[in-house]
Amino acid sequence: MSRYTSATDADRAAMLEAIGVSSIDDLFQTIPDGLRLDRDLELPDGLSESECFDHLASLAERNAHADAEACFIGAGMYDHYVPAIVDAITQRSEFLTPYTPYQPEVSQGGLQVMFEFQTAISELTGLPVANASLYEGPSSVASAAYLAIGATKGRRRLVVSRGVHPHSRETLETYARGFGAKVVEVGLRDGVTDPSEFENYVDQDVAAIFIQSPNFLGGIEDMEALSAAAQESGALAVASVDPISLSVLRPPGDCGVDVAVGEGQPLGNRLDYGGPSFGFFAATEENMRRMPGRIAGETTDADGRRGFVLALQTREQHIRREKATHNICTAQALNALAGVVYLTWLGKQGFVELGELLARRTAYAKERLTAIEGVELLHEAPVFREFAVSLPAPVEDVLDRVSEEGIAAGYPLAREYPEHKDGLLVALTERRSREDIDRLADALERAIQAGSGEFGQPVWTKSTEAAGAEAKA
Amino acid sequence: MTETLPTRPPTNADTPTAQQRDAVTTIYEKSVEGRRAATLPPTDVPERSLDDLIPSNLLRSQPAQLPEVSEPEIVRHYNRISRRNFDLDTGPYPLGSCTMKHNPRLNERVAALPGHARLHPAQSPKRAQGALDLMWRLERALAEITGLEHVSLQPSAGSHGELSGLLLTRAYHADRGEERPKVLTPDTSHGTNPATVTMAGYEVVKVATDERGGVDVDDLREKVGDDVACLMLTNPNTLGVFDENIAEVASLVHGCGATLYYDGANLNAIMGRSRPGDMGFDIVHVNLHKSFSQPHGGGGPGAGPIAVSGRIEPYLPAPRIVRAEGSNGAAPSFDLSYDHPESIGRLRGFQGNFGVFVRSYAYIRSLGGDGLRDASEIAVLNANYLLARLRAGRPGKHLPVAFDRLPMHEFVLSGAPARRELGVKTLDVAKRLLDYGFHPPTIYFPLLVDEALMVEPTETETRESLDQLADAFESILAEAEEDPRILLEAPYTTPVRRLDEAAASRRPVIRQANF
Amino acid sequence: MAAEESYPEDLKYHPEHDWARIEGDEATFGITWYAQDALGEIVFFEPPDVGATVTKDQAYTEVESVKAVSDVYAPLSGEVTAVNDKVADSPELINEDPYGEGWLAKVRLSDTSQADGLLDVAAYRELLSDD
Repeated sequence: MSRYTSATDADRAAMLEAIGVSSIDDLFQTIPDGLRLDRDLELPDGLSESECFDHLASLAERNAHADAEACFIGAGMYDHYVPAIVDAITQRSEFLTPYTPYQPEVSQGGLQVMFEFQTAISELTGLPVANASLYEGPSSVASAAYLAIGATKGRRRLVVSRGVHPHSRETLETYARGFGAKVVEVGLRDGVTDPSEFENYVDQDVAAIFIQSPNFLGGIEDMEALSAAAQESGALAVASVDPISLSVLRPPGDCGVDVAVGEGQPLGNRLDYGGPSFGFFAATEENMRRMPGRIAGETTDADGRRGFVLALQTREQHIRREKATHNICTAQALNALAGVVYLTWLGKQGFVELGELLARRTAYAKERLTAIEGVELLHEAPVFREFAVSLPAPVEDVLDRVSEEGIAAGYPLAREYPEHKDGLLVALTERRSREDIDRLADALERAIQAGSGEFGQPVWTKSTEAAGAEAKA
Repeated sequence: MTETLPTRPPTNADTPTAQQRDAVTTIYEKSVEGRRAATLPPTDVPERSLDDLIPSNLLRSQPAQLPEVSEPEIVRHYNRISRRNFDLDTGPYPLGSCTMKHNPRLNERVAALPGHARLHPAQSPKRAQGALDLMWRLERALAEITGLEHVSLQPSAGSHGELSGLLLTRAYHADRGEERPKVLTPDTSHGTNPATVTMAGYEVVKVATDERGGVDVDDLREKVGDDVACLMLTNPNTLGVFDENIAEVASLVHGCGATLYYDGANLNAIMGRSRPGDMGFDIVHVNLHKSFSQPHGGGGPGAGPIAVSGRIEPYLPAPRIVRAEGSNGAAPSFDLSYDHPESIGRLRGFQGNFGVFVRSYAYIRSLGGDGLRDASEIAVLNANYLLARLRAGRPGKHLPVAFDRLPMHEFVLSGAPARRELGVKTLDVAKRLLDYGFHPPTIYFPLLVDEALMVEPTETETRESLDQLADAFESILAEAEEDPRILLEAPYTTPVRRLDEAAASRRPVIRQANF
Repeated sequence: MAAEESYPEDLKYHPEHDWARIEGDEATFGITWYAQDALGEIVFFEPPDVGATVTKDQAYTEVESVKAVSDVYAPLSGEVTAVNDKVADSPELINEDPYGEGWLAKVRLSDTSQADGLLDVAAYRELLSDD
């Protein structure tokens, strides 16, 4: 018998009798002969719990996780410290195991969490209307496009800054091919969206513009100016923002942005090799009835008690079906719970302190790294917690060497930004101490020297040789 | 039928329960200036002023209004409100279409291992071999279970999988220079199907259901054509019934050049017994939060990986996991491969909900092939047993089964007789079930059935709990016969009673206003 | 608080459960008691724009309850001259007084002869009893 079920032979016999059939096979008779699998599934035999644990642990051991290597990789997901109370709360049966709150009388816990979460996101973004989560960052950007297309009734172009996360831009392209929109990209200049190029592209056929702040290369964008330009021609302004940055940076709602989205992982969620996390989605009042996703609303019960329900359900797929604002059903409720617990743990003061600490550590890291010979900033735009440098040695080789010293130095830019083939994106969290930064700088310096052939050391791969030759040329 | 019915819960709210007396306060309302929970590491770098680092026009003028509370207050707050939830660990949750099976705690333990939980998604594949290996193995397992070789784990949920499936279909036909504006869905389909059709830029065309509960093949025959891109189905369908005509359906769909899409929501009925790939489906999504034990979390996270046939394979999302044999007896190695020019591209960031993959993979390895097959068998056994119990007595009279066919893992009852004969609707029966300590089945779905009640017990319920559920239905209907008001004003014992949903949607209050 | 079931004699009815009160070449539109009852408590109504064209038998707006959305059909063709903003603010008026305070739009008719194609109260009641 497989684990987790209870049916003994006696149970099975009694149940079959009550049903009026003689064997379990009889219950599968509606499957036509030709479609019955006449062999066992070719899967390994089931494991006892301890064996299964050991197997999963052996897989885990083959991953260089953030405890093994000090993690300076960012690119939308960050190694923040997740306080112990997040685990304690999210592991509670009452939050972990129920379904979406379709019977509100027995789902007040989950609905209240959603309400508190929505409030927190609204506070962070400066926009009055927020939903209870979408899947994650990039698909939330695409969802904003879907809203904009509906709102602008027939406009078919989407203008996106090259500063928006490559995964968001790619996801937007994928979705846009479905709802028949064309994506046009605007370049960066000096580390931020080029405002004049931007103005050239925005016209009456544009449903929305998309910017990210801080952008993928770490630069903080002028959301206000870009939003105004968009709205002049009736397009929506969509900003994707790092939620931690909203501790000290001006929120999108204050900058005239219509829809703010982003990756929620930094708020109380583990790295988990990229998921699950959550996407947040906030908008102006007039977009409320176009919002995707679940929304909890406050109300009273038959006896006048305060309570919460799923509000505005007529937007959703289970009611509006083909005219729904989105197809989403299951979202990321548990991850959103982690998010609101985290923000509550930080609190008003703690959130600001975190932001200040990050800005200062980033400034320090910038100084230390650019002091290394050959390492240069990719741009001078102001940054918050992540910045981009170019290395005078092949980035992949440098990363390999630095990893041997127990450090994951950052995100290589070459694949998604070929114009910065020697680029490295370095991110800071409160877990990366000054000492870690010093270690990073020293390790980078050594790795670069080893790779650039400075001391006549030939190198390792053809690409490094070529780069070395290039550097000298 | 058991001899004694359950003790009736209170039939009035005259004595409020402790939770009913507990006044709701939000975490914001508990905020007191100066309180805090977090302590951060000290500033070990120069304490430069933010104005020096970032131009002031880019800075916030006011801090975000977050609560100011201590850690004990946070813990107490969320603990208290957690108890205002009914949950699967506490009692049966026979929600049709949701597969609320037990969530094994082993899976939580392995998901929390640092090698899985603390791994950055952009860590070099060279240093994430364990993660890529796990994803590869999960792909292979899903391929075997579904009967379709080529898998992508990227989609984050079932509806995300559905969207991928239609975008794959679009790419497939575009490659052939074919314009096909329509997608067919049965009138019994889950709402995500038509919603996805519109998001993918297609037009919905409904296909009728025949009197046996399957796809009306004659209606389908009229509607297939070279303007149809896809038919989206689930099998067994949302009535819990295996469509005996599936082979003919597949033939009609393929015959007109369309793709056949499988919504994996009902996979729990057929694991190890039948495979959607063998039925002729081209694209299948699997809900890891349904058949593969990922906890529902109150509304996610989940995952909706897809498996596809050879003709669809070139269009799968990128990046893909690739495996290379080791040389000279070395272990195989894994990598992420981006070079797929025909791919539809990305549907989300990074590689998908890896934490969900860990849990579902652990579940699959725990059960093995035999265990999965057994899970489906017991799921079907439990559903049929519960139905047998509900065919007797008052449930049989007032809540008859909607389609008199052998169901698989779920079945649909109609409350239309109860409404006619007793003056109570399915909603009222559901609300009274709450007082009896059960989560009700899914109500008012599928739309085809009047006053629908869709029941899916899953394989992890015991025979005793099925008996208790059947007894509760019997008792509730007896109450309705005596005095329908008992149901009409239920529930009485839940933390709140019936809520004014109209007010919430008319003048929505969706965030804390002042604090 | 919904009204008692009623179908006023002086109105014309459309099979999709909409009514028209015709006064010369102007008409007032709304939904019938049956429609508001089927929907349940109405929570949202977005009026069409003044000046918009409505076409007989085609939907000109929607009405939402908590758990349903319903198209509202124009019984006759014409141009919208007024909309009921009061109902937009308090959609429950449609439940309380579907033929009075709960009117939805006023229209200048483009073809008064279309009224002949509508049902009188007896025919509408018969349609309802068939349902």
